[in-house]
Amino acid sequence: MSRAVTPRSALASTGKYASLVAWSLIALVPLVVMGLTSLKSPKDYATSGPLELPKSLDFSNFSRAFKDAQMGQAFINTTFILVISVAGTIIIGTMTAYALDRFQFRFKKLVVALFLVATLVPGVTTQVATFQVVNTLGLYDTRWAPIALFLGTDIVSIYIFVQFMRSIPISLDEAAKLDGANHFRIYRSIIFPLLKPAIATVVIIKGIAVYNEFYIPFLYMPDSDLGVISTSLFRFKGPLGTQWEVLSAGAIIVIVPTLIIFLLLQRWIYNGISAGATK
Amino acid sequence: MTDIPAPNRESETAAANIPRPMRVRESGKKSFRQRLIPWLFLLVPLVLLITFTYVPVANMFWYSLTSWNGLSKTKKVVGLANYTEFFTRPDLYRVFFVSLYYLAASVLQIALALYFATLLSFNTKFKNLFKGIIFFPYLINGVAISFVFLFFFQPGGTLDTVLGFFGMAKGSAPLWLGNPDIVNFSLAGTSVWRYMGLNFVLFLGAIQSIPGGIYEAAELDGASRWQQFRYLIAPSIKPIISLSFILAVSGSLAVFEIPFIMLDGANGSTTFVIQTVKLAFENNKVGLASAMAVILLLIVLLVTWVQRKLVPEEEVDLS
Repeated sequence: MSRAVTPRSALASTGKYASLVAWSLIALVPLVVMGLTSLKSPKDYATSGPLELPKSLDFSNFSRAFKDAQMGQAFINTTFILVISVAGTIIIGTMTAYALDRFQFRFKKLVVALFLVATLVPGVTTQVATFQVVNTLGLYDTRWAPIALFLGTDIVSIYIFVQFMRSIPISLDEAAKLDGANHFRIYRSIIFPLLKPAIATVVIIKGIAVYNEFYIPFLYMPDSDLGVISTSLFRFKGPLGTQWEVLSAGAIIVIVPTLIIFLLLQRWIYNGISAGATK
Repeated sequence: MTDIPAPNRESETAAANIPRPMRVRESGKKSFRQRLIPWLFLLVPLVLLITFTYVPVANMFWYSLTSWNGLSKTKKVVGLANYTEFFTRPDLYRVFFVSLYYLAASVLQIALALYFATLLSFNTKFKNLFKGIIFFPYLINGVAISFVFLFFFQPGGTLDTVLGFFGMAKGSAPLWLGNPDIVNFSLAGTSVWRYMGLNFVLFLGAIQSIPGGIYEAAELDGASRWQQFRYLIAPSIKPIISLSFILAVSGSLAVFEIPFIMLDGANGSTTFVIQTVKLAFENNKVGLASAMAVILLLIVLLVTWVQRKLVPEEEVDLS
């Protein structure tokens, strides 16, 4: 499409790019400043303005932040919780979706309503009462507390699986049934493999959600050995107060993996977020 | 959240309309084993759902009628006293006013998202780069964002330095996080920074699902960009815009992470949710906190009910 370049459209075009660049600066400057600060030596930080470039590159803040904030342990804990939660979500979500989409049974409407209404319950406030349940089950201050909550309260994934399963023809199930496959075989060898795109979506949105979750690990895992990246970074703030060159390095250590994943999986992330956010 | 019952509906109509040989055999009386099968698949999910959602919600209603401190063995029933306390103590119900800052910010956020989504739906150079930059903040860890903006707003920090470039005298900048009259503007601004990209991507996806031919036809007919927006784009993404506004209402009551991590709710930045968890876990007022949680739940249910009335669910379909 080529439009004739009139003064008016040239002006509109300038305005368009000016506003895009303006927002890009708003989005990036706070992050870039954090990056610059993380490369400054303590003396350099104390004597330079936030927007000034570091006088020499000093990576020692990163090793200090990594060690003092116990980031190594935090990444291990986060990975452990993330892998089990995501795998469990996939198994539970696909099983639920299979039962809800492929079967007619008594009380089905009630079950659907139970899942549906649960999406409306605001997460953080119910912790007031969830805490007692987790405590009674003996999960408090273990890695299983967040895992159980990530598994037990994720309705969005179920929704994504149900949506996707509707596009898998029932004739496939029936053909398999005629060949003598039972329902578990049908679920395992026909439905589950065909759900791959939906599984990818759930891995992405669930993975990001677990990586970024702050309050559940904060509330249920006070032990500093059980820190995940959010809580370890948060607790790092206390003792250091205003040593921003080190705190910045800690923040950057947490942001960089997200940035890498985003650059690698952009298309998937956009689709996944759109599928998950409006449900 | 919009229509889980739909598959239910669809498979029923599919079953009614499409003749399938299998149905004949299935329609006979099912054996106990056959009726058991869906429940086997649902067993674990339902146990988790009930344990971690419905038991807590039921308990929450019960606790809200007591003066329980979260520790003692006995709970004293106090009726609706916790609810009256919340609505009569200004230091408690003032958290509603804090939400108004975030509600106003959401309007700005939706407007910006709509503007940028419309811009990028037309041919644009570096389109993917701009899209990525606008969206990326949404993906960042909340604690890291809090650090970024603690530094951004601190005296002599990034914001003051940038304002200095524009001629603001050194030392004349306000305390962005220390002044109770300003703090909620700063925090609500941070919230726009963080969440605008989400609205933007949702709007952009909705706009791009409009068939491209329509624009070309409109352009051939001489429609300006504004006319294309007004008569083509806006009407076709109206459902997702209304949904965003409605989610903004419950979202602005549920604000938690940024003010909690950055300021621990200090300087008048305490939100509804911060107040609730502090009462429960720092002041041992589980009864009062539960009453607040119930109030929030009721508001969210009410807002969702209004949403269902205003936006017929069939219209909200992004995929």
